[in-house]
Amino acid sequence: MRVALFATCVNDAVYPSTAIATVRLLERLGVQVDFPAAQTCCGQPQFNTGYRRDTEPLVRRMGRAFEGYDYVVTPSGSCAAMVRDNYPRIAAKGTDPRLTQVADSLVPRMYELTEFLVDVLKVTDVGAYFPHTVTYHPSCHGLRMLGLGDRPTQLLKAVRGLELIELPGAEECCGFGGTFAVKNADVSAAMGEDKVRNARSTGADVLCGADNSCLMHIDGVMRRQDAPQRALHLAEILASTEEEPWS
Amino acid sequence: MSSPTPPSSRERILARVREALTDAPETPEPTRDYLPTHTIDDAATVLDLLHENLADYRAFVHRVADDELPSFIGTLLAENGVRTVAVPPGLSARWLAASEVEQLLDEGAPGGAVLTPYDLDAIDAVVTSCALAIAETGTIVLDGGPGQGRRALTLVPDLHICVVRTRDQVVASVPQSLPRLDPGRPLTWISGPSATSDIELDRVEGVHGPRTLHVVLLCP
Amino acid sequence: MSGTFVGMPAFPKAAHEAVGNTTLRANLRHATHTIRDKRAKAVAELDDWALLREAGKQIKDHTLRHLDTYLVQLEETVTAAGGTVHWATDADEANRIVTHLVKETGECEVVKVKSMATQEIGLNEALEEAGIAAYETDLAELIVQLGHDRPSHILVPAIHRNRGEIRDIFTKEMGEWGRPAPEGLTDTPAELAEAARLHLREKFLRAKVGISGANFMVAETGTLVVVESEGNGRMCLTLPETLISVVGIEKIVPTWRDLEIFLQTLPRSSTAERMNPYTSMWTGTTDTDGPRAFHLVLIDNGRTDTLADEVGRQALRCIRCSACLNVCPVYERAGGHAYGSVYPGPIGAILSPQLRGTTSEIDASLPYASSLCGACYEVCPVAIDIPEVLVHLREKVADQGGPGHRLERAAIKAAGWILDHPGALAAGERVASRTRKLHPKKLPGPGAGQWTNSRDLPQMPAEPFRDWWKKNRT
Repeated sequence: MRVALFATCVNDAVYPSTAIATVRLLERLGVQVDFPAAQTCCGQPQFNTGYRRDTEPLVRRMGRAFEGYDYVVTPSGSCAAMVRDNYPRIAAKGTDPRLTQVADSLVPRMYELTEFLVDVLKVTDVGAYFPHTVTYHPSCHGLRMLGLGDRPTQLLKAVRGLELIELPGAEECCGFGGTFAVKNADVSAAMGEDKVRNARSTGADVLCGADNSCLMHIDGVMRRQDAPQRALHLAEILASTEEEPWS
Repeated sequence: MSSPTPPSSRERILARVREALTDAPETPEPTRDYLPTHTIDDAATVLDLLHENLADYRAFVHRVADDELPSFIGTLLAENGVRTVAVPPGLSARWLAASEVEQLLDEGAPGGAVLTPYDLDAIDAVVTSCALAIAETGTIVLDGGPGQGRRALTLVPDLHICVVRTRDQVVASVPQSLPRLDPGRPLTWISGPSATSDIELDRVEGVHGPRTLHVVLLCP
Repeated sequence: MSGTFVGMPAFPKAAHEAVGNTTLRANLRHATHTIRDKRAKAVAELDDWALLREAGKQIKDHTLRHLDTYLVQLEETVTAAGGTVHWATDADEANRIVTHLVKETGECEVVKVKSMATQEIGLNEALEEAGIAAYETDLAELIVQLGHDRPSHILVPAIHRNRGEIRDIFTKEMGEWGRPAPEGLTDTPAELAEAARLHLREKFLRAKVGISGANFMVAETGTLVVVESEGNGRMCLTLPETLISVVGIEKIVPTWRDLEIFLQTLPRSSTAERMNPYTSMWTGTTDTDGPRAFHLVLIDNGRTDTLADEVGRQALRCIRCSACLNVCPVYERAGGHAYGSVYPGPIGAILSPQLRGTTSEIDASLPYASSLCGACYEVCPVAIDIPEVLVHLREKVADQGGPGHRLERAAIKAAGWILDHPGALAAGERVASRTRKLHPKKLPGPGAGQWTNSRDLPQMPAEPFRDWWKKNRT
């Protein structure tokens, strides 16, 4: 089984701890994982802002970078959804047959981390230890585009020491939305503040999610408010063990 | 020689539609694999569901045996302080035989008695039959047939008593109702008394239509 | 008369004011959350919801694909049943037709059933100019009309008003239009509904001309369908001598049987009811019941342009249930007025720029008025993929250039070059990491400034992941 990590550009540049945690977690579960250095960005920001043609080189790059791997695993629901839902659209609208080849080849091999763990590795107890209270925010693209369902919470419930507290209004968007966060900053911030209010009402130590772009927005609001909580990626919780606790 | 007339708006719209669809792919025949009904095929179950759903939307529901209908209607009208009743053509005279109210016939047709909107506004109640009742949605359907009258009759008076013949007028579902209705007739589907959700999206009963709806389930 | 949407500012600017209006935020939050939960319950009652949704989508797609055929068929069946069909390419033509039809009756007032199409074409304003008073009879429309306000929701145009505000509007304005509000009117919804009943009753009883839209038109039979709750629709459709229905060309369904789907999905999606209190169906005219004259005005007004767009045409499936508004987090906070159109919310964000084009500032901003969270698509009873259309329209707006988009395009191009050169990307990441102690918490300028007004920037890591990988795994 040849497995490649698609770290995503946000994790590579801003949240390497999430990508490192993903590597450690997969290795702990006996998966040998590779990081093809040719990867950069899936093109989601460009595509969702209306620059479809500018994503075409990135689609081709993704195709080349992950050629030959059985599985491509990414700790980002929205990047996985970008490949799965939008690469076929980009291929259909574009004129380059290579785009169709990439879409056809990559879509069935692209897995969001929790899908890979639950559906492919068939584990829900990954042997993690995380002695904190946690509330879970299901990011929209994972929830509605990928249909992750209860995979993330199944994984969280099996973590030793972890107490999972339900987040009120969990399925409501946090307000990040890529360039929406700056193009419609007022509405985006209002949504973020409501999300943080709900998160704080749980009293949980940590708000956990599976998409760091959303967590960057939520954590940004939390820190602006000097909230006692922090936002943290699911992979970092799952990678945490008694021997190597999250810090 | 006359100058060529410019294309009509009809022709222009149709031409624009055809142009817009030039490259549109053909669409598949719609699949209808949704359910014809959500209810088991049992008359008593269907009737109970109708009863429950009518009541859920604040209609008053009564089960009455056929021979008790005249006295039941008489009592109901008296209890509601009704003095005048609009009577649609073809309504069984027996239904109102035990009612001590002024009956105002509306034949609707020219040459016959026709109540004006103002007349109807001054009338306390209307008694009708129906064409059909739908259990899953708690709906009665009127089609202007015998005992139902024209649409204004069941609209302007504030109290509507509608008699449903349970023997053959109840269907379970919306899909079962449409084949039994004639689209050529003016149809009114009624599910409870008039209501609105316009204030804070919360439902309030009683706006322009009859504020009180009694549905009499006539049992053999 | 009601205000209009002419000259609206772009969405972010309009939304800025709404976000700061705490009464409006509270009104919208209360109303949308109330209906959200109820809708979910009403939908959950039907095991076959997904199949009904798929069938509704397919029927609408099939109708649109053969719209010319069904329009001609509808014209034949309506005409055969005693109606008269008129065609209007745009709003002006539709308004001219309706004004002329009203004038022919010799009347100078009309009663109206709530209708999105007549709002879209600005019919009330056109009638007013011609000296004809148009009375809105739907409760929410009445609140909007009496309040000299603009609609902010498809189903409940006065959703931005709470009961106290409605009481004040009724008390102040009803007397100017007819029967005044009862003395000592309180703000209980039942009393407010009663005030509307009394106020409008005299108008219904004397009405000679009614104007409506329609939820569905059945090509096979020539039947029009109006779905409503209050009975004002029945009044307008039944009591007048002349009925004029103004309907968008996309409102057709081919067969009588097709109603079995939409009469199940529309009420549950719209008011979260198993069935709305009243549904009226009529076919042309009937000798002894209802209006003696029936006119159907079919309007295009941008619909054929929308139909020509292979991605965007799915917006024409819309049955105006407003479920997408009720679940939309952006609508909930920005309010309906910010969308600058009679069609607010997610459906408005894809419909308005298609019906009106994207040349105005507001229309060019609407495709961006979404976080693409997908809640709208999830609840849509005809499966309109609103996020897909939004992104498609963003591409159109970006392609046409205009304010902001030229700079943005340059930035996207530059980023695109870096992202297609991993070496350059890694170098950039390393610079960001090494200078991280120098990064301020707040940044000026467009983009970064918008972010840091309300959120801290993330702290940059000591090194990018690719450097960690190189050191630790190769």
